[in-house]
Amino acid sequence: MQEIKRKPTRDGAGEAMRDLGKSNKDVVVLSADLTDSTRAGWFKKEFPDRFISFGVAEQDMIGTAAGLALSGKIPFACTFGIFASGRAWDQIRVSVAYMNLNVKIVGTHGGISVGEDGATHQALDEIALMRILPNMTVVVPCDAVEAYKATMQAASVQGPVYLRLGRTFAPVITKESDPFEIGKAILYRDGKDVTIIACGHSVYEAKKASEALEKEGVSARVIDLHTPKPLDGDIILKAARETGAFVTVEEHSVFGGMGSAVSEFISQNHPVPMRMLGIKNEFGESGSPLELLKRFHLTTEDVIGAVREVLKAKKRKK
Amino acid sequence: MAKKAHPDIKELKKKAVQIRKDILTMLEKAASGHTGGSLSLVEIMIVLYYYKVKHDPKKPDWPGRDKVILSKGHGCPTLYAILADLGYFPRKELWTLRKLGSRLQGHPQIGLPGVEISSGSLGQGLSIANGMALANRMDRIKTKTYCIMGDGETNEGQVWEAAMTASHYKLDNVCGIIDFNKMQIDGFCCDVKGLEPYAKKWQDFGWHTIEVDGHDLGCLMDALDETDKIKDKPQVIIAHTVKGKGISFVENQVKWHGIAPKKEELEKALKELDAQLKTL
Repeated sequence: MQEIKRKPTRDGAGEAMRDLGKSNKDVVVLSADLTDSTRAGWFKKEFPDRFISFGVAEQDMIGTAAGLALSGKIPFACTFGIFASGRAWDQIRVSVAYMNLNVKIVGTHGGISVGEDGATHQALDEIALMRILPNMTVVVPCDAVEAYKATMQAASVQGPVYLRLGRTFAPVITKESDPFEIGKAILYRDGKDVTIIACGHSVYEAKKASEALEKEGVSARVIDLHTPKPLDGDIILKAARETGAFVTVEEHSVFGGMGSAVSEFISQNHPVPMRMLGIKNEFGESGSPLELLKRFHLTTEDVIGAVREVLKAKKRKK
Repeated sequence: MAKKAHPDIKELKKKAVQIRKDILTMLEKAASGHTGGSLSLVEIMIVLYYYKVKHDPKKPDWPGRDKVILSKGHGCPTLYAILADLGYFPRKELWTLRKLGSRLQGHPQIGLPGVEISSGSLGQGLSIANGMALANRMDRIKTKTYCIMGDGETNEGQVWEAAMTASHYKLDNVCGIIDFNKMQIDGFCCDVKGLEPYAKKWQDFGWHTIEVDGHDLGCLMDALDETDKIKDKPQVIIAHTVKGKGISFVENQVKWHGIAPKKEELEKALKELDAQLKTL
């Protein structure tokens, strides 16, 4: 088997922030003491005058970002996802989203695959926390290439954007030449029996599952739903009509995440049998990323299992 | 720099009475809102808007303006009354406060000309002021950002995060003003959670600290002028005020934090204010 290239999505975002620094003088980068981990340091190295350090003070960082945005800057505020979205949630709500400001929040270390740091550092909640805020755009890139494009585009979105990025060396499964547009989901692989909708690292598991299922004679469509908000209703509706069964998979709580967004939409527009893979009403724990994916049922095998289940439900429905 | 002449204090005192009348009338019509902390703010905001800040009601977005951030958003009736008096928006809009569809929301929302930030969830304004100041520094725009906070508001940890940021970055273009009326919803600040030694806290956080009578217009002007002379340090004016200032039965009454006057209370208050006007 061909060796797959691996690169953290946070690296893609870090490269994009650095490149944005060159192309857009209004871009400023803010950091809450995790400058190397979030890759904000790559921008800092080249543009120290447009880099602002806050120490461990996420609420102040988000508020300051709002003030910068009100003065015409495009701030990228960087920290671990749970500290950005959770610790500073009310600041994002009132000082950013309510004023619809051009603040970009770069939340790295999203998902269970953060690994050994354990529950306090594994963000399993940001998609939900950010998605419920009016004006907010939420993007969860599947690999470093997509993360680069998402971060570059975030600078031109009018209004706040939350970028959810991962820590680990995630497989690179898209190409630089692939089209990408925030808000427009990607038909990653076509299929007619079932649709697997994934975001972030889980797109890779969905891809592998669809390849394995093909050998069993199951044609599984894969959608890379990199933008849980605003939701691309067209591609979801089409998939519901054409495949009639959904599996969602994400490194996030099943409450309020990408799967919930799909469920909210589809239950009102074209209900189909559905299975949702994600973290189920529990906190994470320490372990290696791979162990944790197994422990929380987010592996390729788990996706395959969910597909088999949902296909039975689809059959019963008929 | 030549010292700017102080405006006629008597005229400003008359203005303060008029603004208080507007505040109480707005609140009575709204039938809810924050009376005590609006009245304590009046002289602070009058001195800012009629003396200190560079601004142009005809061009609310003028990049060369100084910015006034009302972090204690519940004091917005005072801000609204002054902005309307200055012509930022029609005076008749004042009577729509807190009504459905009004630009005069219960707590400030951007979109109403002259309102710099949406606020209401306490403790957030100083960080925003710092962001504006940092942007101005990057763009070499020489203006100042004033951030008005409540005393109770400074219970919020974010205020002290921002206080550290401002002194770390030597933001001498940031001036904080505390409406130190000694009360918050639950009671006297000293009983709810003591703030003292208050000035020392700000000093220890690296701020140039000035204490002043927050109802003495001349002293407020001098204090604001003093802040301009401070280099490499943010400044804070701790303005000692009286909650509910100007109305005998509202002054220093905790219960008046979050209620509006009823019709007969308004009439009584307006009579008191008219009597004050006659003594000027």
